[in-house]
Amino acid sequence: MMAADAPLLDVADLGIQLTTSRGPAKAVREVSFTLRRGETLGIVGESGCGKSITALALLGLLPDSADVSGSIRLDGRELVGLADADYCKLRGNRISMIFQEPMTALNPMHTIGHQVAEPLLRHTGCSATEAKRQAIALLDRVGLPDPARRYDAYPHQFSGGQRQRVTIAMALACSPDVLIADEPTTALDVTIQRQILDLIADLVAERGMAMILISHDLGVIAENVQRMIVMYGGTVVESGTTDAVFSRMGHPYTQGLFRARPRLGARRGTRLATIAGTVPELADLPAGCPFADRCTLVVDACRAALPSLSEIGAGHGVRCIRTDAALSRDPAGVIA
Amino acid sequence: MIAQAGTAPAPNAFWRRALRHRSFVVGALLCLLVLGAALLSLVWTPWSAYEIDVASKLRPPSSAHWLGTDVLGRDIVSLLLVGARATILVGIIAVGIGLTCGVCLGLIAAAQRGWTEEVIMRFSDFTFAFPAVLSAIMLAAVIGPGMVTSITAIGIFQIPVFVRVTRGSAGAIWAREFILAARAAGKGRVRITIEHVLPNILSILIVQATIQFALAILAEAALSYLGLGTQPPQPSWGRMLNDAQTLLFQSPSLAVYPGAAIALAVLGLNLLGDGLRDLLDPRLARQR
Ligand SMILES: Nc1ncnc2c1ncn2[C@@H]1O[C@H](COP(=O)(O)OP(=O)(O)OP(=O)(O)O)[C@@H](O)[C@H]1O
Ligand code: SF4
Ligand SMILES: [Mg+2]
Repeated sequence: MMAADAPLLDVADLGIQLTTSRGPAKAVREVSFTLRRGETLGIVGESGCGKSITALALLGLLPDSADVSGSIRLDGRELVGLADADYCKLRGNRISMIFQEPMTALNPMHTIGHQVAEPLLRHTGCSATEAKRQAIALLDRVGLPDPARRYDAYPHQFSGGQRQRVTIAMALACSPDVLIADEPTTALDVTIQRQILDLIADLVAERGMAMILISHDLGVIAENVQRMIVMYGGTVVESGTTDAVFSRMGHPYTQGLFRARPRLGARRGTRLATIAGTVPELADLPAGCPFADRCTLVVDACRAALPSLSEIGAGHGVRCIRTDAALSRDPAGVIA
Repeated sequence: MIAQAGTAPAPNAFWRRALRHRSFVVGALLCLLVLGAALLSLVWTPWSAYEIDVASKLRPPSSAHWLGTDVLGRDIVSLLLVGARATILVGIIAVGIGLTCGVCLGLIAAAQRGWTEEVIMRFSDFTFAFPAVLSAIMLAAVIGPGMVTSITAIGIFQIPVFVRVTRGSAGAIWAREFILAARAAGKGRVRITIEHVLPNILSILIVQATIQFALAILAEAALSYLGLGTQPPQPSWGRMLNDAQTLLFQSPSLAVYPGAAIALAVLGLNLLGDGLRDLLDPRLARQR
């Protein structure tokens, strides 16, 4: 048997090579993290930094042309290179995912009741009436009003927030060990965002699931997860417990992301700080530090090779060769 | 978007919407008319469609022969009724062949991608390059002209059309996010194809099938006209056109009747297809 504290999910040196219109490109490189049972992990980063493809790689759902290297272990079992038929038994059952767009993640031709009950029928082998009973209970738990009556309604008959509740019910149907939520609230308005995130947090705690929450919003990460990784240019630039990272941001990119976050109650007229420049194109990611072109602390050595992840505290790693300069420049950040 | 209290459209709600859909109603009536004619001909025709009575040839319309008689003295109404049978039979079987084979191949191509898709699409291009008339001529050389020949030739010709339509629309569905969500829920390719892809392209396929049915009717008429399809004395609308050809200037009405019958059947099928496309989409359900 495995030791009690063995990680549930162990991702080591994950690399993803995609075929783009401009030839093969390393979309993700040297991504490593672990997730213990019941733990919550946040992945934060700008659009296009590789968050979604990392999540899809965990589920084995990358396009056939993608080449995955490194290792992904679930309870010690290697998932990279797993046959699709075996993967099907894990997806939805042990790992499931909530998608960004509730408007498109539901099949328009099937009733929502069918879509929630279906994974139950398939993975748990219960009877149709039992699946229906459980699906209604689940829809009730995620806060869908009057689920028994609206069991046979179609997705277009619901609002965006209600649809996201339905997709959450679908993802939770079989009580997975790992829930991946890929920007589950980006498409929703602010008040609904709050409710949905609270709902997810409650459900995760209630069922003892592990969760990977993906977001581009540091505030969402700060409030919802225990540990976090910051991604940039397809790699992890900083990782650690949420408390450690927010109290001591060691990477210039994390610091930039923190300064660039919109703040409520900011003095009128103060301009939002931004990080100059844009995310590099996949096909021409630099060999060295991916942030080099936008970093104010850049020196020649940064461009020579991808800096390695160095520890600046217990379990707090930073991929920057000038962490000391970064830390002294920006003393302890304050949690918003 | 305000969510509204909604339940699944019940079967009679479907019919209520259907009866209010103008092109569906007109199309369905025209199709029923043709079907009714074919069924009626099994039990009753005003005259025998096979009996030749040269003495009363080329009669104008009268109370005995409502639309007159043809060059062999056969009653036109009876010929049209019996001819509808050949039309429907050829259409159903040929479209059935094309639909079954084409949709299966198209779905496999969309689900498997890679070399499987390549082989299927090249095969379908190859088949498509043979016009139905050419395959009918080749088939007629082997098994002789007749209804089987025209059904087979038209059916084979329909396969690549359905392969392409299926592959194209299924490919678009595979790219949708709910397919990714379904895969994330642990469904395999076969299950996704049956539960998610097929229902979402069904309306496209039904519309395409009605169009192909119309084309099959035209092709059957063309093959019969060329003498490759239905053989005398078995009447069909295409054969009637063939027979009328030599007398086009003497009695043009002989060509007008089967021509009009073909046109009405084709029109009916197209309208029916349009109507079904609207009616089968649950998103349009509440707008009508
Ligand atoms: N199928 C694909 N083929 C080629 N490139 C892809 C493919 N999918 C994603 N990419 C590229 O990989 C990079 C990372 O994409 P990803 O979707 O992971 O970004 P993300 O961090 O999730 O961004 P967002 O916040 O916008 O969702 C992007 O540059 C994107 O263009
Ligand atoms: S390694 Fe260099 S370029 Fe990269 S973040 Fe650190 S200082 Fe900036
Ligand atoms: Mg994304």
